[in-house]
Amino acid sequence: MVKKVGMEVSVAIGEAVKLANADVIAAYPITPQTHIVEHLAELVADGELDAAYIPVESEHSAMSACLGSAAVGARTFTATAGQGLELMHEVLYVASAMRLPVVMAVANRALSSPLSVWGDHSDVMAVRDTGWIQLFTENGQEVVDNVFCAFRIAEDRRVLLPVMVHLDGFHLSHVIEPIVFPEQSVVDKFLPPNKYPLPLHPDKPVTMGDFAPPITYPEAKWAQEVNLRASKEIILQTWQEFGKAFGRHYSPVESYKTEDAKVLLLTMGSFSETAMTVIDKLRGEGRKVGLVRFRLWRPFPFEEFRQAVKDAETLIVVDRALSFGGPGGPVCSEVRSALYGEAKKPKVVSFVAGLGGRDITQAGFETIINKGIEISQKGSQNEFEIFGVRD
Amino acid sequence: MTKPEGELPWKDLEIGAIVTEPGNAAQYKTGDWRSQRTTYDFAKCIKCALCQIFCPEGCIHQNADGYFEADMFYCKGCGICARECPTGVITMVEEEE
Ligand code: SF4
Ligand code: SF4
Repeated sequence: MVKKVGMEVSVAIGEAVKLANADVIAAYPITPQTHIVEHLAELVADGELDAAYIPVESEHSAMSACLGSAAVGARTFTATAGQGLELMHEVLYVASAMRLPVVMAVANRALSSPLSVWGDHSDVMAVRDTGWIQLFTENGQEVVDNVFCAFRIAEDRRVLLPVMVHLDGFHLSHVIEPIVFPEQSVVDKFLPPNKYPLPLHPDKPVTMGDFAPPITYPEAKWAQEVNLRASKEIILQTWQEFGKAFGRHYSPVESYKTEDAKVLLLTMGSFSETAMTVIDKLRGEGRKVGLVRFRLWRPFPFEEFRQAVKDAETLIVVDRALSFGGPGGPVCSEVRSALYGEAKKPKVVSFVAGLGGRDITQAGFETIINKGIEISQKGSQNEFEIFGVRD
Repeated sequence: MTKPEGELPWKDLEIGAIVTEPGNAAQYKTGDWRSQRTTYDFAKCIKCALCQIFCPEGCIHQNADGYFEADMFYCKGCGICARECPTGVITMVEEEE
């Protein structure tokens, strides 16, 4: 029997990690991620989850402890947000390069200063190139489901890479949603025990994170790149298997009402749900608009993305982060680069909106769509449009 | 990664470039950026082993005749042995290899 319960999404993530039977959680609390690790600390303290909870003194230490834990073959989870993700930045590269299957939930948060505890994607974009697999989620059920998928993908012998599961801070982390939890036996069947192939063990010593002179470093990095790209196949397979076992389906680029759509909106994260409502409304008015969302951010799903947008005339990308002094939205910049060589491609219009937890309302998305269409027809002097900033 | 002289193609690296053979750093030729090398006038040597003690690389060993001599696979050419030798056995010359 599956049970559906109303639960704060952060708490639900804790429950998912418990169902996934994590061995080690090393984390430092930071808003808006705190409730995730707080709940896990409770589960461990109450004996409901047989795991080691390591209360470290910083996020840098949290990720470092996770490296050690994953290196001995323990199923390892952590969570962070915003400044915390920045503080663990250098260790993130080490986790992926040493091929350690850590799973981390990131309750996406804006970066200081000014100090903001609210959500946007500035933290995600700053860790874009750390070599982690990165998944975006839009509601509580998706986070829970993708925590299971993340462990299975990360620990797959053919992958062995750390995975970030992104959820919007507050807009998702702090809302109470109805969530379906699977039976323990179903999770156990989907998620086999972690068998890290070269664990640290005194009987068979290995050296991890050794140094590499110029004669070896490029080979090591290329091996890492090939591996991350190849992980896409396993991610797709994992989502397929998940669909079979749990009845909910995920794909790298999610399309909503895109058939025959001339205009496509592109979003990531929980704001996509507001965007969907707007698409419904505009469709009701007979307008040919649709929505695409990146679920898989790294490895970038080139093929699926090109396929999803190829028939549109206009693609309006809404970024929740700003690349200062650059092309505007980081997502849009990648989208443009992915489409540049294509013979048939939509005109791409870039918007930056929703920074520091500012809502993008339904009316807001509608304005973005209308303005985006206008820009695609008339052109604009700007690299990108900033939306909703008071003049 | 240290071995052997890093000539492995990328496909042959272990996952995460993990080193599975303990101590294989010994196979890494660290003496390849030397700008000076040691030369010896063993006739003056009193076999006091001071050069061996002072060598920061630990790369000085006794040869078949019992004289103390640097292993050029690791010697960095720092010249400390030459400076410490009480009888002037060792002279540093420019490395031309
Ligand atoms: S030159 Fe330096 S490294 Fe070389 S043998 Fe002498 S002390 Fe050792
Ligand atoms: S320090 Fe000089 S005299 Fe003493 S062992 Fe070394 S080379 Fe010989």
